[in-house]
Amino acid sequence: MDIHIEGVSHRYDGLHVLDNIDLAISEGETVVLVGPSGCGKSTLLGIVGGLLKPTSGRVVTMGKPRADSLNPFTYVFQDFALLPWRTVQANVSLPLEHHRLPSREHAMRVDEALGLTGLRDFAAALPKQLSGGMRQRVGIARALVVRPSVLLLDEPLSALDAQTRELLMEDLLAIWARERGTRLYVTHNLDEAARLADRVVVLSRRPGRIREVVEIAEPVAKRSSETITRLRDRLWELIRSEAREAEREVQHV
Amino acid sequence: MSDAPERDVRFRGGGYEVRPRRFVPWLVFGMLLLLWHVATTRGWVSAIALPTPKSVILAFGEMIDAGTLQKHLWESARRIALGWALGTLAGLAVGLSMGIFSIARAGFLPLVSALFPIPKIALLPLFILWFGIGESSKVATIAFGVFFPTVIAAYAACDSVPRNLIRMAQSFGLPARHIVWKVVVPGAMPGILAGFRITASIALILVVAAEMIGAEFGIGAYILATGNLMQTDHLLAGVAILSVFGLLVSWLLSAIEKSVLRWR
Repeated sequence: MDIHIEGVSHRYDGLHVLDNIDLAISEGETVVLVGPSGCGKSTLLGIVGGLLKPTSGRVVTMGKPRADSLNPFTYVFQDFALLPWRTVQANVSLPLEHHRLPSREHAMRVDEALGLTGLRDFAAALPKQLSGGMRQRVGIARALVVRPSVLLLDEPLSALDAQTRELLMEDLLAIWARERGTRLYVTHNLDEAARLADRVVVLSRRPGRIREVVEIAEPVAKRSSETITRLRDRLWELIRSEAREAEREVQHV
Repeated sequence: MSDAPERDVRFRGGGYEVRPRRFVPWLVFGMLLLLWHVATTRGWVSAIALPTPKSVILAFGEMIDAGTLQKHLWESARRIALGWALGTLAGLAVGLSMGIFSIARAGFLPLVSALFPIPKIALLPLFILWFGIGESSKVATIAFGVFFPTVIAAYAACDSVPRNLIRMAQSFGLPARHIVWKVVVPGAMPGILAGFRITASIALILVVAAEMIGAEFGIGAYILATGNLMQTDHLLAGVAILSVFGLLVSWLLSAIEKSVLRWR
């Protein structure tokens, strides 16, 4: 399923956040959005996911979602958004409960998602008993259980420490190698962008406009550390001056 | 390193950490009883104003022997249970609606804000006119008194449910009723249960006040009758029963909280 973002602008009460975004994302592609703080990355993700109405413009899809998808556009949240009163298994099961699947398929999907994220042994645990990294694995498993066509990841690793972030990046790449689908990934971490993206879209500071689209020829599985370093440096060059301006703006506010 | 004598770094932490001191409450309670006993047996305080602890215990025994304790306790407990249940059910229905639906909040909030501060016992004479001097007016007073704090606790508890959980449920396309029952209500449960503690004590206050105004049986009626007869030992036995009743309700609510809020 391709996604076409056509002339999307957004304002929050008079605050101009996004300005005339045009972007096409092809099926199976991982596009990472980066940009200075407040440039509207998460707002754009919310608009693509149907959680926010754009002030103008539209998002259209072309092609059919995968046949077994129960929620074609599915989010992974920065703060995990787990229900603390539910076990890991019950959290992962939540998005299936209103679909009235045959119990065998329901159980199979949950088990498969827990397996993909290495959570089988923690199925009965409550979120409070898990580390930050494990909690985000639950968030990822909950997203995978509906077999999404488009995965929308809103700074999924930003609440984690550096080591856990590394581990989860490896896990995400392993999952993506097995699970087909399109991904739109928002981050402020340029290392994540350089490691995970097929294409990086750099937004300008508020109101966010597309400043540059960085195509990466080397596939993620074969990307060398030199390429990653070079990419990260290039992205930083694109963002640095605007990030400083954006930071001053935030302090001024 | 210098040759100066070594010295341990002085500990300055701790942060006034609260530590359990299990014997202290019993010690304080025992000392108060002792002071009470000494003050009353040595005649520092008149026996009419404050009877000895022993005479209060004896009065308690007399109540049990005569079967009046069970009768009074049953009447009060029945009124509290009925009034509290009615007020709580209605309060939860309105409070949760206000927490979930903007139209219900807009409609009820001014009304609740205006009626909440009224001391509910002031409405008992009106309820007596409406429902008669019997049980209904007492139950209505308790239900009315419990209703408003329950409404406020329920809608404030809904507000305290993190919005990101609701957004998460919406992002998975959960129908509204699933969002209410699987996200909002469980998330609001800590606030709702905290409200139960407040309403349980309000119900206890109101049952005593209502029984003092017009009842033959009930702990409030018993306390008023024994006060009129200057039987302060029996009066204090009635007060002690109220205290034990309050402690039992608090223990019950703690047990419910422990079971329902295991996840915290």
